Amino acid sequence: MLIKKFMLSLAVLGIFLIYSAGIRHQSPVLAKPSSLVASGSTPSSSTPPSGSSSTTPSGNTGSSTTASPPPTSTSTSGKYKDGTYTGSVADAYYGNVQVSVTVSGGKITNVKFLQYPNTHSTSVAINQQAMPYLQQEAIQAQSPNVQLISGATFTSQAFVQSLTSALSQA
Amino acid sequence: MKKTKIIMGMPITVEVVDTISGSDLDSVFKYFKSVDERFSTYKTTSEISKINKGLPKKQWSPQMKAVLDLCEETKRLTKGYFDIHYQGKLDPSGLVKGWSVNNAAQMLLDKGLKNFYIEAGGDIQAQGMNPGGQPWAVGIRNPFDIHEIIKAVRLNNQGMATSGTYIRGQHIYNPHNIAQEITNVKSLSVIADNVYEADRYATAAFAMGDNGISFIEATPGLEGYMVNSEKIATYTSGFEGYVENDA
Repeated sequence: MLIKKFMLSLAVLGIFLIYSAGIRHQSPVLAKPSSLVASGSTPSSSTPPSGSSSTTPSGNTGSSTTASPPPTSTSTSGKYKDGTYTGSVADAYYGNVQVSVTVSGGKITNVKFLQYPNTHSTSVAINQQAMPYLQQEAIQAQSPNVQLISGATFTSQAFVQSLTSALSQA
Repeated sequence: MKKTKIIMGMPITVEVVDTISGSDLDSVFKYFKSVDERFSTYKTTSEISKINKGLPKKQWSPQMKAVLDLCEETKRLTKGYFDIHYQGKLDPSGLVKGWSVNNAAQMLLDKGLKNFYIEAGGDIQAQGMNPGGQPWAVGIRNPFDIHEIIKAVRLNNQGMATSGTYIRGQHIYNPHNIAQEITNVKSLSVIADNVYEADRYATAAFAMGDNGISFIEATPGLEGYMVNSEKIATYTSGFEGYVENDA
């Protein structure tokens, strides 16, 4: 059962990778989940009878580096257990992605996005990376007229403690 | 009226441009003292110290629970980089300073005051205008020379906080890799709508090392200025909007 869940989450991860690749190409964001439902369900229907259930989804969703799963002892070999499973929240850097997968007849029949980065422009910016927006300069001492200064804590409690103990020996 | 006291092991300064009674000003310092009594990990009698010695959760104060909830929320928002669990103990100091400065500022706002700042150990909430009728001018300290300022920004109803390791006694580590020291980043200053946001994100982003400034860029409502060990500053796209140019 645990292995099944692990493999399901691998499948979900693979689906997410496709999803994020879609966003990278600036396709309309809402079109992605439905197309992914299709790609998610098709492979599982073509599962070879001999194939272990767990290799199918990950193989078809691009996670080719997945190690072959250990043999499972459950009676539902080659099939997922029917039900709806909620994946863990995956960090997409600019937002979280979470999907739920519905399995019926041993096949993935639906993948629903419970969470995804909902600001499309932000998502595009992510994939173009934040770095280009950052600017750099060499620091230089200035003498402006300021009312106050921000810096790391000047007199920390640790410092005061240390000072007190030092003075006690003085 | 301007007053500075050493509380929580650091100088806390309140300057109010509007007319304020001495007792109203004192109430701000009293508040910081009460925060120190409850949250100081250096005081064996504080509630947080008692919790770290096993005080049952049932006996935790509502204020403590609220702060610890905020710490958990911050951890979620910062990919786990803001983490108050260290060596089996809880240390919410990385949030309490900004949180308490923000609460103290709210106390003054509730009294109808509009032009003031509160600064605690480099964490700042600046409201309205300075005595010259300008937005408050805030300098960023040079992490290589504490007597120097390397940038000046104008704040008007904003908060600012700086994280750094250049002052002895400050400990920020990467919770995902405790052994790895943060050596490349010398200081990271964050501007936000309020000092609570600035402080918690400055702490978390500092722990991210070189990636911290990208995280600040990516988080709505924040601007940042990071100084690395090569004396190069990297700053976010909106930071320049705050920079004081006629200095």
